[in-house]
Amino acid sequence: MASIVDIIYAERTTASVGADVSGEALWLSGLDFERVSGWAHRSEGFCKADVCIPVPPARARELIAGNRYNLIALAGLLGQPVVADKAHGVWCIGETAAERQRALTSLNAPDFELPDLSGRAHRLSDYRGKKVLLVSWASW
Amino acid sequence: MDLPVWQALYEELGPKGFVPFAVAFDSGGNAAAEPWISAANSTYPCVIDRKHIVAELYDMVNVPSAVWIDEQGVIVRPSEPAGVTDAFRKMDRVNFSIPPAALAELQGKRKAYQDALRDWIVNGSASRFAPKRDDLVRRLHTPSDADVRAAANFRLGEHLAERGHRDAAKPYFEEAKRLRPESWNYKRQAWALEDPMKAGGPEFWAAVDALGAGRYYPGPDDI
Repeated sequence: MASIVDIIYAERTTASVGADVSGEALWLSGLDFERVSGWAHRSEGFCKADVCIPVPPARARELIAGNRYNLIALAGLLGQPVVADKAHGVWCIGETAAERQRALTSLNAPDFELPDLSGRAHRLSDYRGKKVLLVSWASW
Repeated sequence: MDLPVWQALYEELGPKGFVPFAVAFDSGGNAAAEPWISAANSTYPCVIDRKHIVAELYDMVNVPSAVWIDEQGVIVRPSEPAGVTDAFRKMDRVNFSIPPAALAELQGKRKAYQDALRDWIVNGSASRFAPKRDDLVRRLHTPSDADVRAAANFRLGEHLAERGHRDAAKPYFEEAKRLRPESWNYKRQAWALEDPMKAGGPEFWAAVDALGAGRYYPGPDDI
């Protein structure tokens, strides 16, 4: 069924994405698939930055239908947690524990970008060259 | 709230190449965080993290938690309570007064933490508060499958709440809390979205009491 959905993919939230929802599947165009997830379908398989994952022939139909790609099947292939609220058209595909573990044990501070009160974006890596105290707090 | 404490340290140690980077775990967004940030007159970056992204990236389960990061972007100390102790549990829950001994413990811990930070800023990797790499990797807590599922549920709940679907968000917050019961961020944020007073109300104290001999702030033993 053609729908407009919001997709939270790891740190990135993409609102109002055109998708076909069919059972557990979430089919996107190649363009939206890459915009939402960073993964693109190439001759080698699904690729992101310098990593490519081959498409297992037995699962190709679950992943690819013409020029549409199933984000939930890719999440299954990668082992990512998926939570969906179909009634409100929201999907959240998280990062795998293995990837979080790999990132943290490398000791390279994971980078991120968040807005301040005025909406100005700050990236942690903007402060390279300084000693940084990354500190959390909350109003609650 | 420690924002003014970090501001004072920034004014003192900024010239030595130090910067605090404060992240508000606040699904209430600017409306929730703004009064505190404005009151602190912070000149260092103070960002708003509605979906608690930094909590997941650095495996933080409470506030204030802090990570020390060196000039090359390498973690020096992983997430740990930043200069706080469980002494707050001795607070009088009616008039919020803290017995003198508990207050002294809180102030002492805060000072010790700031002194350790100063030592690292001046001495870098030679500081005794900068653990060796093997020790550091041993100290790291890394997320489990249940933890990343908890984070996905929390984010979906936050997204629904932000769009005004607060009732629909509840089961996702509940699932996040169930999957990661040690996260005070999930508990208190979900309570705060129901009612700002609830995050520090009877439910909060009951959950703290349920810790028994367990610690609310399992802090480091070398500061």
